[in-house]
Amino acid sequence: MTSHAQAMPTSRRPFLAEALEWITTVDHKKIGIMYLVMNFIFFIIGGLEALLVRTQLANSNLKVLDPQTYNEMFTLHGTTMIFMVIVPIWAGFANYFVPLMIGARDMAFPRLNALSFWLLFFGGLVMYSSFLAFGDGGRPQLPDAGWTGYPPLTTRLYSPGPNIDFWILGLHLLGASSLIGAINFIVTILNMRAPGMKITSLPLFVWSMMVTSAMVLFSTPSLTVALSLLLSDRHFGTSFFIPAQGGDPLLWQHLFWFYSHPAVYIMIVPGMGVISEVLPVFSRKPLFGYDFIAWSSVFIAALGFTVWAHHMFQVGSSLAVNTFFATASMIIAVPTGVKIFNWIATIWGGALDMRPPMLFAIGFISMFIIGGLSGVMLASVPVNWQVHDTYFVVAHLHYVLFGGSVFAMFSAFYYWLPKITGWRLQNGWGRLHFWLMLVGFNLTFFPMHISGLLGMPRRIYTYAAGQGWDSWNLMSTVGAFLIAAAVLVFLINVYVSARKREPAGNDPWGGATLEWATSSPPPEHNFDEAPTVKGRDPLWLLDRPEGSAGKRARA
Amino acid sequence: MVSFETPSIFNPASFEAGRIDALFRFILIVATLTFVLVEGLLFFAVWRFRNRPAEAAVQVHGNTKLEIAWTAAPAVILMVLLGFTFQTMGEVKAVTGGNVLHVKAIGHRWWWEFRYPDLQIVTANELVAPVNTVVEVAVESVDVEHGFWVPELFGKVDAVPGYTTRVRFTPTEIRNDYYGGQCTQFCGRQHAQMRFAVVVRSAAEFQNWAALMQRPEGGPEVVSGGAAAGRELFLTPTSQCIGCHTVADTTAVGVTGPNLTHLRSRGFIAGGVLANTPENLKAWVTNAPGFKPGTVMPSFANVFTPEQVNDLVAYLNTLR
Repeated sequence: MTSHAQAMPTSRRPFLAEALEWITTVDHKKIGIMYLVMNFIFFIIGGLEALLVRTQLANSNLKVLDPQTYNEMFTLHGTTMIFMVIVPIWAGFANYFVPLMIGARDMAFPRLNALSFWLLFFGGLVMYSSFLAFGDGGRPQLPDAGWTGYPPLTTRLYSPGPNIDFWILGLHLLGASSLIGAINFIVTILNMRAPGMKITSLPLFVWSMMVTSAMVLFSTPSLTVALSLLLSDRHFGTSFFIPAQGGDPLLWQHLFWFYSHPAVYIMIVPGMGVISEVLPVFSRKPLFGYDFIAWSSVFIAALGFTVWAHHMFQVGSSLAVNTFFATASMIIAVPTGVKIFNWIATIWGGALDMRPPMLFAIGFISMFIIGGLSGVMLASVPVNWQVHDTYFVVAHLHYVLFGGSVFAMFSAFYYWLPKITGWRLQNGWGRLHFWLMLVGFNLTFFPMHISGLLGMPRRIYTYAAGQGWDSWNLMSTVGAFLIAAAVLVFLINVYVSARKREPAGNDPWGGATLEWATSSPPPEHNFDEAPTVKGRDPLWLLDRPEGSAGKRARA
Repeated sequence: MVSFETPSIFNPASFEAGRIDALFRFILIVATLTFVLVEGLLFFAVWRFRNRPAEAAVQVHGNTKLEIAWTAAPAVILMVLLGFTFQTMGEVKAVTGGNVLHVKAIGHRWWWEFRYPDLQIVTANELVAPVNTVVEVAVESVDVEHGFWVPELFGKVDAVPGYTTRVRFTPTEIRNDYYGGQCTQFCGRQHAQMRFAVVVRSAAEFQNWAALMQRPEGGPEVVSGGAAAGRELFLTPTSQCIGCHTVADTTAVGVTGPNLTHLRSRGFIAGGVLANTPENLKAWVTNAPGFKPGTVMPSFANVFTPEQVNDLVAYLNTLR
């Protein structure tokens, strides 16, 4: 392959021309970068909201935030992190890397691709612009009913302000963005693979995006329907969710969780894909049990549609209903366990390269194990009656979505940013980032298991002294600031690395997949000639004759 | 805020909470063993194979027998956990005959109302129950969704408007203090300050309490001085009190706020947040939103003079 290092624009173009270029681009790589930048900005905003929440809860009876502001902060923290960070950041990585990894020149529908980014952009803006509208009390109001938005609290009677309308419309746009992206990924992966790349030898990140896109396709309409019915209740006189007029608040819960449980897998399965890419490369050996890992994702996705009512064990469903959903929820631990054992077997006997992408991948596995085990506890209905809606659940979901998805996100940043920018990230800062984040994360979220078991409900803006909750909460708050420090270290790393500009080369890690066969950053057309693929780990197959030892680290 | 003893799920004080506690401890042990095994494997592998030369890596693609084994083993463990789960679900929900005390818990923003339909008792913030008796609580809501939970006595159940959900508990321990409870389903601005308590008493004490609760208000003849003036003020429609509150056998029949008929017998006011002392009552009557911004009870700071508040509280103190 020829080097395209000279393809980097060296002369400064006028700002307006540059901006116009980005705004109108349909290039999957530029769109991918815009996704990642925007999602990271929202990650910081959502993180600052979390810091405010943690500060208010650092001790009993604090008055850092008034109750209304507290409710707005935890609502926006959840909504932002789920809908504007974790769900779309995988679309960001996938936009950049799915075409590269399958040897394509772009996504199947470049214009739709731009549309899904801009819907996301404006969805986020709409969500946050509700502070422009004044609600009751004559002060600016942000959405304040939790990311789950249960009616009747969100109906006009109890939420008369426009903030909930902004929340609904913002989510509508984010949902549409997600759906359009999913269709685009499916068509791209099915139709635009390089010659020789079979669907059964897809890189696992691409496979996981295929599975995730299918989940998005089947689940998101349910959220769209729920939001539309709620909007209609609020403004057009219907009463789908208003019990006084014959409506049913539980209908919302079913529709909402029929989306939002699969959404958990929409947020974690691409992360599992990243881990399945990183582990073999940094262990210098092929993934152990490709088929089991690949098909377990499909099982997780399918079962993910049969477990939604485990969020509703406390609404008084019949024994039969609860039995079904408990069984399905427990079974889903089986394919998850398969992945974990296969990942450990991949590491086993390897030659581990302990640079930051690998550190975060190992961090992912070890934290996700904890989230998985607390998930099994939650599937046990009577235990769920005790711990549901407490800080135990807050701990559980953060072990899955932070210990899982966010650790995978940083693994992906360290792994792929050199390809995007053309320069390496500093290993020293990366290690500091990892260890600070691991310690901060556990200090924040492990004590939440205990405060939950000691009876602390979630979403409360304050609590009385002397209930045994104070010290656990203080630990969580200290940990939250450590996490913030870790994110700061990451930003410093990016800044320092950008100043140093140590060239990454085409393939800094000895990668197995096609994105490492082109220059860093890749040229606009990705590949000078369409690569031909002979099987899984295509670059390693090129590199060594059948049966010889593994590829050596080239970095 | 008044504090309750730590409402830990590890201190079960009812048959039902005891069964769930046993189930939880069993799952916790299984989970801890799994945790140690799997994290141990992971960290051993990382430690053993770190920073080796690339040539040392063993090039294997998988092992079907091994993979089937670690698919099947977790499945078996999970089936055992499911078995215990189903057994406990049956034990906790089973309907036992005989002596059942029926209570209705009604969620309001932001306090709990308790009704004993068989005993004609209406109270708030405190559920009083006799020890070793099956208490069946029918949970409802008049506004938004709430969650009803006392960790030491029973797992939570949601109050969903339009539905009646049920939870059952059989208290096994008399406690001189309270069992703390709290709303668990986010219900708006003062979700954090929607608390309540359960009081578990001996059968005899419960009978005494019930008899007390069934007595009517004393009427004008038992109050005198400031309390008499307070009574008159309370019952004057323009004072707004009776628009929301009920006092049995008077013209006060409001239903928005808590029934005040036997207010002095309760430990808490303001949704289980303030201790029921004359000072707190005065402060609450004067400016309730100062304690709970968003509460339905308005501020009367510019309506009543401090003397009138004193009179009102003197009257409320006669409601024993």
